[in-house]
Amino acid sequence: MLEIDNLTHVYGPGSANEHRAIDGLKLSVAEGELLCIVGPSGCGKSTLLRSIAGLITPTGGEIRVDGKLVRQTPDNLAVVFQDYSRSLFPWMSVADNVALPLRRRDMDKRARREAAQEALESVGLLGAAEKYPFQLSGGMQQRVAIARALAYRPSLMLMDEPFGSVDAQTREDLEDLVLKVRGHHRMTIVLITHDIDESVYVGDRVVVLSKAPAHVVGDLRVDLPGPRDQITTREHPDFVRLRGEVGRLVRGVDVAAPA
Amino acid sequence: MIATLVRRLWLVPVVLACWELLARAQASPYLPAPTRIASWMYERWFSGPYVLTEEAVDNFVPSLVRVVGSWSVAVVAGVALGVAIGRVAWLSDYVDPLVEFGRAVPPPAMLPVFLVLFTMGTQVQVATIVFGVVWPILLNSIDGARTVDPLQLETATVFGVPARLRLFRIILPSASPKIFAGLRLSVSLALILMVISELKGSTDGIGYLLSTASNNADMPGLWAGVVVLGVLGFALNSLFLMAERRVLTWHRGARRTA
Repeated sequence: MLEIDNLTHVYGPGSANEHRAIDGLKLSVAEGELLCIVGPSGCGKSTLLRSIAGLITPTGGEIRVDGKLVRQTPDNLAVVFQDYSRSLFPWMSVADNVALPLRRRDMDKRARREAAQEALESVGLLGAAEKYPFQLSGGMQQRVAIARALAYRPSLMLMDEPFGSVDAQTREDLEDLVLKVRGHHRMTIVLITHDIDESVYVGDRVVVLSKAPAHVVGDLRVDLPGPRDQITTREHPDFVRLRGEVGRLVRGVDVAAPA
Repeated sequence: MIATLVRRLWLVPVVLACWELLARAQASPYLPAPTRIASWMYERWFSGPYVLTEEAVDNFVPSLVRVVGSWSVAVVAGVALGVAIGRVAWLSDYVDPLVEFGRAVPPPAMLPVFLVLFTMGTQVQVATIVFGVVWPILLNSIDGARTVDPLQLETATVFGVPARLRLFRIILPSASPKIFAGLRLSVSLALILMVISELKGSTDGIGYLLSTASNNADMPGLWAGVVVLGVLGFALNSLFLMAERRVLTWHRGARRTA
């Protein structure tokens, strides 16, 4: 589904403040997988996501989505940005925000509206369709952004620290929402986060990146019994072990070292 | 509703009454009483078959057409150019110095130029108004289009929003609070320039009425012109504010919660 080979990105190459964000990163994500990418802050996670989304052209390496080389944004790809207040359009109603990307799809006005309604329903916001984003709480705005991505029916959804700007309770609700919608919509999800617990709780697989320049330092399969639950899953011995492993990797401590 | 109107407007009749008393006490030809101005206005302008007299129609209508028409031309040109300059880096590199120079020229300074350039009449007024009011619109449109949030544009890119929609549904709305700030300035400026341009080299219009009244030392006529201009300015501004409130509801709401 997604193949990243030897990806390298350098900001301002040759200049005095040259910054090597990603160095020789290799990663492949299978169809239908929910992959969480964790790493210390400033490690180049966002650069990676922007490269996959075709928003920047990496200085080296290759990214393929469905076998096709990414040169511009693939048309089956959607992004949920961290900053919902800036990525939603404040002058459009919630329904218009969700429906706007569908102009690209071969759909008439009615079909677009229906698709938007359906997506809003799946994130529990059907009643808010005619409201404006500023009338909603932060968590609800991020739900709108998720609905917009869902309505687009992508085969790959990228999420860039999607729950970084909401409170703890809302964050748990949104995590469960992602788990729920992936069950309904068959798609691959790559979720970037700096929250170790979140990565283990949500992911099928967790990839840990090093400090910049980023490369993969750990790749762990999460085999937790489903369906996941905010209380019991987090008490599970495997969850505790995995979050410890991921935590050590993020901090740069050797996994083999005694706990 | 009535109570708020009374609270807001009570000073107007008080001032008028004081003026009236003062004018009667002085009996000076240079300070006509409000009642005299009002009766002058009624006789000359508002006692026609359909309220307006021929003189009123022949002068008010051209003024109104000039100010609204020229303003509209300036809006279309200013916003279109401004958005283009704001979004296209190389264009702004070329045009910026010209814009800086053009905005610095006091608009009435161009009136004598246009009087020579064009034959007398509406062309002169239109040119003066358009040249004068286009700058605040242009500058604010440039600024508004330049400062569209990059994340909003990236969102549009990711979701493949086509170019035309990107302009009309994203760039223009995002720039609209700033564009409207420029439009607000330009409305009052348009009226000022309309009067100035009609004072000289015009054969009709409210400014022309003012200048003939002045030549004839017709004090009630002068004051009547001032009143009409005040009412016209108030009406245009109110209309504009109504439109602005409708278009920018989202912006006021977003600002209140931010």
